[in-house]
Amino acid sequence: MARYDRAITVFSPDGHLFQVEYALEAVRKGNAAVGVRGTDTVVLGVEKKSTPKLQDSRSVRKIACLDTHIALACAGLKADARVLINRARVECQSHRLTVEDPVTVEYITRYIAGLQQKYTQSGGVRPFGLSTLIVGFDPYTDKPALYQTDPSGTFSAWKANATGRNSNSMREFLEKNYKETSGKETIKLAIRALLEVVESGGKNIEVAVMTKNDGLRELEEAEIDEYVAEIDAEKAAAEAAKKGAPKDT
Amino acid sequence: MECVLGVVGRDFAVVAADTSAVQSILVHKTDEDKVMVLDSHKLMGASGEPGDRVQFTEFIQKNLHLYQFRNTIPLSTAAAANFTRGELATALRKNPYMVNIILGGYDKDVGASLYYIDYIATLHKIDKGAFGYGSYFCLSLMDKLYHPDMTVEEAVDLVDKCIKEIRLRLVVAPQNFVIKIVDKDGAREYARRELVGHNAPVEAATTVAA
Repeated sequence: MARYDRAITVFSPDGHLFQVEYALEAVRKGNAAVGVRGTDTVVLGVEKKSTPKLQDSRSVRKIACLDTHIALACAGLKADARVLINRARVECQSHRLTVEDPVTVEYITRYIAGLQQKYTQSGGVRPFGLSTLIVGFDPYTDKPALYQTDPSGTFSAWKANATGRNSNSMREFLEKNYKETSGKETIKLAIRALLEVVESGGKNIEVAVMTKNDGLRELEEAEIDEYVAEIDAEKAAAEAAKKGAPKDT
Repeated sequence: MECVLGVVGRDFAVVAADTSAVQSILVHKTDEDKVMVLDSHKLMGASGEPGDRVQFTEFIQKNLHLYQFRNTIPLSTAAAANFTRGELATALRKNPYMVNIILGGYDKDVGASLYYIDYIATLHKIDKGAFGYGSYFCLSLMDKLYHPDMTVEEAVDLVDKCIKEIRLRLVVAPQNFVIKIVDKDGAREYARRELVGHNAPVEAATTVAA
């Protein structure tokens, strides 16, 4: 096995691309990120690992705007993310310049995924060590969209998804609790999913909400704390209701 | 025959241009918008080779937007003007853009500013300026009538006087003009001055015998 995971991406005898799989490992070690699609809103949430005291937290943006109607969050190697995000931003403007139309969410996802794939099939390079969650509104149909890409270059559309640390738990939670939501309910669902794996509180989560008319908006810490308080209250009420029920059994 | 002009007032800048699209003896259209809104607080009035004009101004606009996405803050007017000049200069001795530009913008810290950028990459920061044959008339009018810190009404009145002079004295003069303004509230269209086309006044120039 050790012979097939050298610095270049080549097939192993049993059909694996080890470099790509190792890249997925890097993603699994990255911070948790979640995306939820509602009927009129899409929400991105990212775990904020505790910032060192002397670091200016404002310089560490986890959710990036690619265009006025597209945003991206990722898990994995942040330096690789910078490169990918930059290329995507240029492509968004390039597309507007050549065809005088903004990109669709699918187009830019396909572009980013294509880029990630290229680096699994070139000499002397390694794959990008990140998975992305891309959200936005289709400029023609006004429908919200959520897509995910990974280091292998595959992409697909999702109603809700998670990536990074403990993504399996978050995805399980989302599968159990997902329903069509809008506005605040969508935001709450995203935060609830994140709180499954992240320490509670506005200090530890970064949440951004995208709507058709207002573009991307980062929630303030105070706002997030409000949502967390609401969620905690709902959880407590549910617990109390459960404790009340056993009389029937 | 294309004219672009600009004037700086108190905390605002006005950029006006004719709206004719002409090829040899044919007028393609009389409502061609030659003053591009580069971003929320910048206007770029351009005249010259039609293909180059659109290509170059759109290119500058998209690059300004890219800068804003990369850095979360917009480029200042001065920086945008210098960037534009740089692009013209780079292309000059290979594949020059035949475009003359009046760039007006508003920045919170500096206020309103206006830049003159010609096709061979000259850059001047100005209070008033004009391009084209119309400039022969406009510049003298501006010299006479401009004063610093004009109000919007005074500035637009000056532009209107320039337009009137162009219409009167320039052979094959453009008839329709667009006036755009940029101030702390952003860049937007202020008015159109139209003598021909759908929106022209119906009675036009005929006089009725008493």
